[in-house]
Order: sequence, then C-alpha cells, then structure tokens
Amino acid sequence: MDSQLIDWVLAAAQGLLFIAAAPLLAGWLQRVKCHLQNRGAPSVWQPYRNLSKLMGKRMVLAENASWLFRAVPYIVFGVTLLAAAVVPLVAVHLPTAAIADMIVLVAFFALARFFTALAGLDIGTAFGGMGASREMMVGALAEPAMLMAVFTLSMTANTTNLSVATEYLLHAGLVLRPSFLFALLALAMVAVAESSRVPVDNPATHLELTMLHEAMILEYGGRHLALIEWASQIKLMIYSVFIVDLYFPLGIATDFSAASLSIGVVAVTAKLMLLAVLLVVWETVLAKMRLFRVPQFLGFAFMLSLLGMLTHVVLETGI
Amino acid sequence: MSATIGAPLLLTYAALVCTLLSGAVSLLAVRRHPGFLHFGSFLFLFFSGAGSIGAGGWVLLANRTVTDRFQLGLPWLDWHLRIDPLSGFFLVLLGTLVVAISLYGPSYTREFGRGAAAQPLPPLGVFTALFILGMQMMLVADDALVFMIFWEMMSLSGYFLVVYQHQHAANRHAAFLYLLLAHVGALVILLSFGVLAAFGGGLAFDLMRAAKLSPLWATIAFACAFAGFGTKAGMVPLHVWLPDAHPVAPSHISALMSGAMIKMGIYGIVRVSYDLIGSVRWEWGLVVLIIGTASSLLGVLYALMQHDLKRLLAYHSIENIGIILMGLGLSMIFIGSGHKMLGTLGLVAALYHTINHALFKGLLFLGAGAVLYRTHARDLDQMGGLIHRMPITAFLFLVGCVAISALPPFNGFVSEWLTFQTALQAPALTDGLLRTMIPIAAAMLALTGALAAACFVKAFGIAFLGKPRTRRVGRAREVPVGMLAGMGLLALLCLLLGVFPTTMIEAMAPITQLLVRDALPSATAQGWLWLTPISPQVASYSAPFVLVAIILVFGVGRLILKRGAAPARRSDAWDCGFGHLTQRMQYTSTAFSQPIRRVFRGVWKVEEHVETLADAGSIPRVTSLHYSVHTHDWAWLRCYLPIGRLVLAAANRIGFIQTGNIHTYLKFSFVTLLVFLWIVS
Repeated sequence: MDSQLIDWVLAAAQGLLFIAAAPLLAGWLQRVKCHLQNRGAPSVWQPYRNLSKLMGKRMVLAENASWLFRAVPYIVFGVTLLAAAVVPLVAVHLPTAAIADMIVLVAFFALARFFTALAGLDIGTAFGGMGASREMMVGALAEPAMLMAVFTLSMTANTTNLSVATEYLLHAGLVLRPSFLFALLALAMVAVAESSRVPVDNPATHLELTMLHEAMILEYGGRHLALIEWASQIKLMIYSVFIVDLYFPLGIATDFSAASLSIGVVAVTAKLMLLAVLLVVWETVLAKMRLFRVPQFLGFAFMLSLLGMLTHVVLETGI
Repeated sequence: MSATIGAPLLLTYAALVCTLLSGAVSLLAVRRHPGFLHFGSFLFLFFSGAGSIGAGGWVLLANRTVTDRFQLGLPWLDWHLRIDPLSGFFLVLLGTLVVAISLYGPSYTREFGRGAAAQPLPPLGVFTALFILGMQMMLVADDALVFMIFWEMMSLSGYFLVVYQHQHAANRHAAFLYLLLAHVGALVILLSFGVLAAFGGGLAFDLMRAAKLSPLWATIAFACAFAGFGTKAGMVPLHVWLPDAHPVAPSHISALMSGAMIKMGIYGIVRVSYDLIGSVRWEWGLVVLIIGTASSLLGVLYALMQHDLKRLLAYHSIENIGIILMGLGLSMIFIGSGHKMLGTLGLVAALYHTINHALFKGLLFLGAGAVLYRTHARDLDQMGGLIHRMPITAFLFLVGCVAISALPPFNGFVSEWLTFQTALQAPALTDGLLRTMIPIAAAMLALTGALAAACFVKAFGIAFLGKPRTRRVGRAREVPVGMLAGMGLLALLCLLLGVFPTTMIEAMAPITQLLVRDALPSATAQGWLWLTPISPQVASYSAPFVLVAIILVFGVGRLILKRGAAPARRSDAWDCGFGHLTQRMQYTSTAFSQPIRRVFRGVWKVEEHVETLADAGSIPRVTSLHYSVHTHDWAWLRCYLPIGRLVLAAANRIGFIQTGNIHTYLKFSFVTLLVFLWIVS
C-alpha cells in the first residue's frame, strides 16, 4: 500500500514536471530558432512571462460568446494535462500510464481539437469557422496516419500501453527495425502537423488567412488564452517525448531510486534539447505549404506508416 | 407448456399487451379528449418499454433462457417463443428507446395536430404501436414463421410511419423505396430460412440449430441472411433507402428507426450466423469486415456533405452500422481461425457499439426533433446560435455529438477502442493477407472516427453556435420538460456506459457464453476502474479516472483562476477593422465541409453551379452571386438507376400478358399451380 502511494505521488510529480517544463521547451525552441536565423533571442523563460502576463489580464469576451466558449479552455487544458500524465517522461512503470494507452492518447488530442473547433465556431466570425473547418480537415487526415504508426509499434511490442512499449523497446537493444524507421518518419510528420508547426501551420504568423490553429482561438484572451497556449506547449512536448520515448528510450528510469530518476531527467532533457534543434532546422529550411498541399503531406505520412505496417507483416513476424 | 413459462416471459407479455393498448388508445382518440387519450397512448408505451427492459434485463442478468409455445393459426404450426440473453440484450436496447420516446412523444406529437397542415394523430399512434410490437415479438420469436410475420409487421408499419406526412412527394418517394428494399431484403431472409429449414426439417429455430450443414450450404444460408438483414441494417451498397426514409418520419420515429429498427438487422445477422448456423467461418468474417469498412467510410463521407440535419444523422447510421459490422467481421475471422477469446472480444465490441449507437443516435434524432419543433428548420444553414435560446437541448445534443464522434469519456469511444484492440491482435493469425487487411481496416476506422468528429463539429457548430441565420431561429425557445427528459435519459446512459464499461461487459457475458461459449474474464479482472480487454500489460483504459480528472482540472482551474479576477468584459468580436459583422459572414455547413469535399473528391458526384450577375457599367461589378452545390451518391447513380431501368424495360416487354381479362389470369394461375405440383411431386 505504501509503495503504491509513493508510485502515485511520483506519477503526480512527473505530471507536474511535465506541464511545468512545457513552456521551457517552447522557450528553448524559440531561442535556438532566433540564433539560427540571426535574430536577437529572447530569454528561455519568456513563455513563462507571457503566460503569467495573460493570467493576470482582465478578460474580454465577444458579445456572442456562450457558456461553451468559456468552458473550452478548461476542457482543453484538462485533457492535455491528462495526456501528459500518461506519457512516461522520466520513468516507466508509473501507475498513471495504465489510465490510457496510445489509442486513448490520440483520442484525447481529438477531444481537445473537437472542443477548440467548436469554440472557433461559437463567436460566429468567418475566421473562427475557417480555422475550425481547416483544423478538422488536417486532424481527420493526421489521425489515421498517427494511429497507423502507433499500430506498427504496438504490434511489435504487443501492447498499446506506452509505458510497457517503452520498456520493451528499452530491452530490445539497438536493433534496427525497418518498420520502425517508416513509422518514425510518419510519426514525425504527423507530430509537425498536429502541433501546428511549419510547414502545415505557422505558430508565429499573424496574417489571418494563413492560420489554422491561431484562427480558431483568435477571440480568446486573458486566462483563457493562457490556458490554451499552455496546452499547446504541453501538446508539443507530449509529441516530442512520445517520439523520444519510443525511438530512443535510453536512460529512462525503470526503478524509482534517486540515481536512476536523476539519470532519467538528464537524459530526457538532453534528448528533448536535441530534438528541438532538429525541429528548428526543419522549420527554418521549409516554407509553409499552401493549405491544399497539406493533404498530400499527410497522405504521404499515412503511406509511410502503411509501408511500415506492411514491412512489419512481411519481414518481421515470426521472428 | 406453462411449466417452462418464466417470470421474464410474463413480463414480456405484459409489455406486449401495453404496446397493443397504446395502439388501441390512440385509435380511440376521439375529438373530445385528444390530448388525454394521446397522453394515455404514450403512458402505455412507457410501461411497454419498461416491461421490455425488465424482461430483457432479467434474462441477461440471471443468465437464464425461457421458452414458451402455443397453438395459433395453422394446426401443425405452433408458435415458439424464447428469450435468451441475446434477445434479452436487444429487448433492453429497444425498451430504453421506447421509454425515451414515451417521455418525449406527448409534447412532440402535439405539434402535428396543430396549424393549417394538421395531421390526424390516431394513425401515428397505431402504427407506432404496431412498429414496436413487431420488433418486440420478432426478438422473442423462436421459429422462422413468427419471426417473419413480425419482421413484416415492423417493416410495413414502418412504411406508414415514413409516409405519415404524405403531402410531400419526396416523402412518398422515400417510403416507396423503403418498402421496396424492405421486401427485397425480406425475400432474401426467407431464402436463408428456407435453406436452414430444409436441413433442419422444420421452421423451429431449435431444429435449425441441430441441423448439420455442409460448408457450401452454410455459406449460402449466411450470404442470404447477411444480404437480407444487411439491407435492413443499411450497409453499403444496400443503404440507399435509409438516408431518404429516416429523416422524413417524425423525429421520435426516426430515433426508433435509427436506434432500434436497423439494429434488428444486426440481431438477425448475429442470430443466424452465430446461433442457428453455429459454426462461423473466417471467410465470412472477411466479407463482413470489408463491407463494414466500406459502410463506415462512405457513410461518414456522405454525411459530411449533408446540410439537412436529420439526413446527416441518417448517413451516420450507415457509418455506425459499418463499425458494428467491422467488430462482427473481426469476431468471425478470429473465431473461424480458432481464436475464441479474441472472437469474443470482437463480438463484445460489436454488441457494445450496437447499444451505444442506439443511445446516442436516439438522442441526436430527438435533439434534431427538438430543433425542428421550435424552429421548423431542418436545414443547418438556416440555424445558428441555438445554444443561447435552447441551452439544455444544446447541452444534451453536444453529449450525443461527443459520444458519436468516439471521444472519451463517452460510450462511443469505449466500443471503438475495443474494436481497435481486437484489430490489433491480428498478429495472432497465420494468414498474411488477413494480417495486412485487418490493420488497414483499423486505420480506416480511425479515419472514420476523425471524419465523424469533423462532421459533428459541423453539425453542432453550425446549428447551435454562432449567430442565428434566420429570424425564426433567433426567437426559438427551450422545449417542454418531457422532451428534455427523454433526451436527458439517453444522454445520461451515454455517459454511464462510457464511464462504467466493465460493468456493462460483465453484464454481457451471458451473451457470449451462449453464442461463442466463451467470456472475457480478463477484461474486468482488474476491478471496475480498469478496462483491460486482453491483459493489463497489453492495454488498459480507465474511464472513471478520465472523467474525474477532467472534472477536477475544470473545477480547480476555475477556482484558482477566477479568484480575485475582475469579471469578464463583453465586447465586439474582431472584425479586422472593417466594421459590422453580420450573421451571413459566418461559415455555413457547405463552406465548412469544402476542404474535405476537395480532398476526397471522386467519392461523390459533385455538381457545382455558380451564377454571377455582373453590372453593365464601365467598372465590372458583381451585383449578385448564386452558388449551389449538390452531391450525389454513386451507388444510386451507377447501381440502382440502371437496375431500375432494366426492370422497367423488362416490365414493358412482358406487359402484353396483362390483358385485363379475368379468365386469362385464372388460366395463368392454374398453369402455375400445375407446374409447382409437378416440381414438388
């Protein structure tokens, strides 16, 4: 009973660490990007300052905003928080991992998207509708690609539980599975699309016609906006940790001793910093796509994950 | 055989009597007390529904089978009745919907008796009762005769309900198509029973169960049953009647049709293949899986293009039937390949989705009816902003939307998750083709789910959010409390079935014991909090946790953030500095689905028309722009219209024998009789 309690406390601590660290990742990303593009860089703590500024601001709601509009930021943040609690950041075997598996994780994101899109439609402006309509299209195409990639992994590990899968891969050693390579590429492409990055969406733009995610949340302000911004930072972090966990699980703690936990923290920090650099390079060399190129991009991701699945079935079963 | 009559059967008889009384009361609805008698009719329906739930639930929970037989009609053909856990499950499903509409109906139907276009109410009540009676009796039937009689009663009274508002030519056309396909379906079902009866030596289901069929005949019987019941269920490509017929019936009937009637098709497929034939084969499963995948994907893609709310919902029934069939197909594949436990999982997923769909589709149709009741609008592009005028209806409709989009923590997600888990066990199979096909089907299911979410963002967002697009919608009021109660009941059940899946799966164990002789002990082994279909290592999901976590974050977040904060200020929405925004600048449902229409073009036949009127001035200026888009179903254009033309041409050819002379007809009958006698002897 006592060890169970410790497990739950650790799980809660990991969840809190996750959401606390998410703005830091965004800040790091911004800083590296500025350096790479020869711009003056803000401090890595800037996202925290932005969030606290927004939290303290007085709210302005559009005339037509309904109760749903006011509830959506909390729902989105709650769902994202729950998703963060499920992903093993520092250690596997935490009890929260059993709440939801990879399929449920994808469904959490779908739930957040569903409500964000509804909030976009609530005010009755063209921007909101445009953002909602486009986001739902992107989501509809990204979700099957994502699940297909997840299926490839889960068929190898015979589990959809993220913690168990991570541990399986940790013990599998440094084998190179062709199916994983395909799935990794697909997953990376979907992650880019889902976390509203270039080339699918541009988080920095304020030209209305090029926005997807930003168009939906245009009417939000104050603490509502803070919650939504924070949730999207957490979402980016979840995708990053997801990729890092499944493909480079080295260093993640499998027991709860202080030594392995600190190794876990150091390892995941290093990996995330590296991944952020890769993302920055990707965002710097690519330009944002036209909206109707996005289906091709995501279709390609789907094809890749399908190839991964077929490779798994043809090459790797029975081994 | 009074010895075997159990209490559940008596309860069922009471329910049947209540259904009949409900019909009789509506028939007696005289001009003096229409309201009172009308209310009485729904009161009896309530008891009938409650009786069905009681009887079905009793059989299901106590895991007992009760039978009865009595002599009626032809002296050598007894009527066999039986309630086993499978029929009990469907009785509960039907009963729940009947209770919901009995709460909803009294206020809703009053609308039909009012105004210039007043309709007589007695036929509605009578045919509703007969419709429900048909379904109830069909579920307890234990021989092909009783089954077919009440199957026909359900189909025929359904026709009268579809054609109830017969002033509109479109309704008559829809009803005719419904009747036609219902009878083609019934004929094929009859063929299937014919094969089974020939091998079993009688019409009683017990004889059919005992029959030994060769694989070929078993496949023929299955194919006929699948085609016939599939027509009723609305699977692609036999679905064309469904999107026409369901929306034009009164909304509480639409709820019954989409919620319960098409499930009778699923009941028939399960009953014939798992119970009567007994040994399912994986080849059947593959066919069912492919048709299920096609139905779900095409259903949702067609639904996305609709702007009539009820028609949109009707197309979603096709999608959900597809998802149910996918579960059944997976189950058949696994059972046929010797993996009984996984087959059981697939069956549980399919049946779980069956009851889920009944609940949320019932809820959504009732919600659409509530909007129709207050605004007289079925077209999404005329609605908008109803969340301000009808907040409770909006909330309940939202619950239905979240549930049908397969999002946690509601019930639709649980059954789709179980289907995914079944599909992910594909590596257990030895056949390489199946191992590849099943994950692809699972990916299509994922696409379906995501598209369904897009469609319901559209449905809810355009209808309930934004600003009202017409004046009548802007003046709508909340519906009466009875209608809210009917919807609220279904919404509550959607939540309960989503949050406590383990309880539901435990309750379903007798069904799988009966059909597959296996249960899912592992699914519920970790207690009510954790759903672990195969083992905790493979996958787990804790719906209560998800719900509690979301509520906690919601509550705590609001508490912390709102403390000490200044109250929100209301202001205009952002208009780019151009001035006043009007409701016509909002996205419409056609605009909302435009990106998807463009991505998946080719699935529909899309006709776009743009009419531009230009001003004949020196500076070209558009004075009016009219845009219209129509999407057509390829199945109708490429499949049904040619068949229809062929039938017409054939009818013209043989028309010459139709002389109008009674003697000639008698001669034809006589010759036919002789030929049959010769064949039989």
